[in-house]
Amino acid sequence: MDTGIGAAVARKEDFRFLTGQGNYTDDIARPGQAHAVFVRSDVAHANLNSVDCEAARAMPGVVAVFTGDDLEGVGGVPCGFAPDGGPMNEPPRPVLAQGKVRFVGDMVAMVVAETAQQARDAAEAVVVDYDELPAVVSMEAALAEGAPAIHDLEDNSCFSWGIGDAEATGAAFAKADHVTTLELVNNRKCPNAIEPRAAIGEYDTARDSYTLYTTSQNPHVIRLLMGAFVLGIPEHKLRVVSPDVGGGFGSKIPHYPEEVAVTWAGKQVGRPVKWTAERSESFLSDTHGRDHVTRVELACTSEGGFLGLRVHTRANMGAYLSTFAPLIPTYLYGTLLAGLYTTPAIRCEVDGVFTNTAPVDAERGAGRPEATYLIERVVEMAARELGIDPVEIRRRNFVSPDAFPYQTPVIVQYDSGNYEPIVDRAAELADYAGFAQRREEAASRGRLRGIGFAGYVEACGMAPSNVAGIIGARAGLFEAAQVRVHPTGSVSVYTGSHSHGQGHETTFAQIVADRLGIPFENVDVVHGDTDQIPFGMGTYGSRSLAVGGSAIAKALDKIVAKGRKIAAHALEAGEADIDFESGEFRVRGTDKSVGFGDVALSAYVPHNYPLEELEPGLDEGAFYDPANFTFPAGCHICEVEVDPETGTTRIVNWNAVDDFGRVINPMIVEGQVHGGIAHGVGQALLEDCAYDEESGQLLSGSLTDYCIPRADDLPSFVIETTETLCPHNPLGVKGCGEAGAIAAPAALINAITDAIGVAHVDMPATPEKVWAALQSAQGE
Amino acid sequence: MTLTVNMTLNGESVSAQVEGRTLLVQLIRDHFRLTGTHVGCDTSQCGACVVDMNGRSVKSCTVLAAQADGAQVNTIESLAENGELHPMQQAFKDNHGLQCGFCTPGMVMSALDLVANNPDPSEAEIRDWLEGNLCRCTGYHNIVKAIAAGAQAMRS
Repeated sequence: MDTGIGAAVARKEDFRFLTGQGNYTDDIARPGQAHAVFVRSDVAHANLNSVDCEAARAMPGVVAVFTGDDLEGVGGVPCGFAPDGGPMNEPPRPVLAQGKVRFVGDMVAMVVAETAQQARDAAEAVVVDYDELPAVVSMEAALAEGAPAIHDLEDNSCFSWGIGDAEATGAAFAKADHVTTLELVNNRKCPNAIEPRAAIGEYDTARDSYTLYTTSQNPHVIRLLMGAFVLGIPEHKLRVVSPDVGGGFGSKIPHYPEEVAVTWAGKQVGRPVKWTAERSESFLSDTHGRDHVTRVELACTSEGGFLGLRVHTRANMGAYLSTFAPLIPTYLYGTLLAGLYTTPAIRCEVDGVFTNTAPVDAERGAGRPEATYLIERVVEMAARELGIDPVEIRRRNFVSPDAFPYQTPVIVQYDSGNYEPIVDRAAELADYAGFAQRREEAASRGRLRGIGFAGYVEACGMAPSNVAGIIGARAGLFEAAQVRVHPTGSVSVYTGSHSHGQGHETTFAQIVADRLGIPFENVDVVHGDTDQIPFGMGTYGSRSLAVGGSAIAKALDKIVAKGRKIAAHALEAGEADIDFESGEFRVRGTDKSVGFGDVALSAYVPHNYPLEELEPGLDEGAFYDPANFTFPAGCHICEVEVDPETGTTRIVNWNAVDDFGRVINPMIVEGQVHGGIAHGVGQALLEDCAYDEESGQLLSGSLTDYCIPRADDLPSFVIETTETLCPHNPLGVKGCGEAGAIAAPAALINAITDAIGVAHVDMPATPEKVWAALQSAQGE
Repeated sequence: MTLTVNMTLNGESVSAQVEGRTLLVQLIRDHFRLTGTHVGCDTSQCGACVVDMNGRSVKSCTVLAAQADGAQVNTIESLAENGELHPMQQAFKDNHGLQCGFCTPGMVMSALDLVANNPDPSEAEIRDWLEGNLCRCTGYHNIVKAIAAGAQAMRS
């Protein structure tokens, strides 16, 4: 069976997951562990008069109860990004509330008890006296004259940021034949990984060191942030383990106060302290995503040529700045506004705003779905207004294949791509030509059928560290890998990427098996433990293969280079004359060869070995810092039928063609696209994190109230890929994890508005909204 | 007040003292340390905790441990034999019906109940049945394929 690059290999990790032997954080029981439950604010904005823990401390099984006062001197949870390095209002985020609570779910106290149930009981007995303050939920309310200040700041604004040439954009609008304007809301989502967050903190007195087990996408980042900025623990005294993690979708990137609390408390109580979120807690306290209010204008010629794009966005930060919050609506958003098109002038301005809501951070796609949604919605509207076919208007504005590398007017330079074949193939798969007939047939059944296109370009493979520094990241964005060849030729790979569903243990092993010409079974991939992995920046932004995989490829190059030296010695040939192919080192043009396994053995049993020139062992590490972002692109076409009686939308077809560069495992790639589409469909049709405007209470705080897609909300998908290789990383790969979530919302809303004949419906397009839009359209 | 629960868990007779409010999933995970059964929500929506009780799939977060007194309970750990996956597990692997793996035990246990009552389910019937099992990774496409393939393998 082919297990190399390009093969649809079944996954290594599946056996343990399918047999119930996964090892998720909540599955871990440390000897002597106690259990923590957090008392969370049930009001959105209040001064704390008092937190009375006396009764709770007397409850059965209670080990300790802590409040913000106990944590005085412990640093706040830091933010890792300030657009352009600032200025930015960056109020502190205490681990437990100190004097004030700022959203429903803010942590007021921590109860530690023998069992989770006892901790829950005791948490009920903590009496918090709140002096309630008016809450602001919407950005409009937060920025209104006289709005209550959430922090000790002049107002509730966090930052104001802009990108692109305002003057050139103004000039483009001045000469436009046609301007399409759209005001839209990009609805707030709750990522809802099915595994709730969990953490166990423990302190080893013998070694004076700490261990944190946590549901994180990036354990090294947590070690850095918590160790250096919050608890003051140096790296060699702090181990962070992220074992099997049950989905992340961005919500497990940030460093959370609960991680600090259990680690700190583990030392205080002298035993491991474990906390596992309940789902309702996840809704309140996991970072949410999106939440933009945007006005977009597109300036066109009468033939549908794009001249200029002007965007103003308000982006909700929530009550505190989460780790990467200010990055998402700035450099992961404004830089993608060219989309697939040659729009010559673009100006985007973004205001970040504090509100009394849960902190907002990355959610699958993070900034890029918001960018794609507004571009593809306004392009679709322009096509309709100008009477141009939606495929045709896109085609007229595509970046042409000979224009790469293509410099956009919003800083980024697209590395490679070829957009027309993507759209052509997608239209063919979707039988676009036959749509009119299908629409007619649906009408005969009383259904309104619509078709929606969405093209996208995203930026993955974050990121060249020097660029990251210039734009305001307080971190490098390289990745690290260690390839350890054992004496008998089997291989352990240690990667700083973290898999929480992506299948790295399989994909990365395919790369190693392919490069070294060894059996796939002889390769194991290790991730998620700062004591085992040299370093890592983690998994998000579809970066694992492009950056983490490239680090592995670089380490493999070093392995082969050293192997070549060992082989040259064994074969009594010049190093330059040795070729390495299919696991054999061969003297070029001869039949003299030595296998990879023999070379590995020789490295560890160096009897016949050039010891004066070469160290024994075959174990190489690499850090890979990308030269550029990667730019996957694609086109998704969605077809829907709307029931005009009820406003219910049914998705009947989904066809997609994506260019992810080289595909290592097509089965895994398809799965990533499916999952991404489901997230996008959820956002467009079903999901909305709704807060009550007056009270600041989360109205959609359970899976009963917040609808994530069920199996019967989705169709089967038809997915294909095209391939233009990434020219600047060693694997030619681009990244696939977020594509579906980026493309789907626009495709779906374009389809629904096409079906019901209205200009726009805000997401989620619930039956109520669709029905109301239909009624008002028919009334006109 | 504690109660004694006697049951057959994965073919073995077991006994435990539980509080009246203890949930079956807590008994399975915390007491018997069978951690393949997961908890993903607190409103009986997600289905990560599905186990087989007396031949029917149940959400073990919504069954009191005391209700399982005298019951036959089978969890995901009961399916594979001598390292050989059950045909339904194998179908999930072959069809990439899992990603992060967290919802997977519940999906598989639920799928087995469907197939026990409907040996050849259609795509629509599978999607309808999965109403009570949430997956956030796969978009269900490959889960649906896997269940159809698993059902076929179990028929032959």
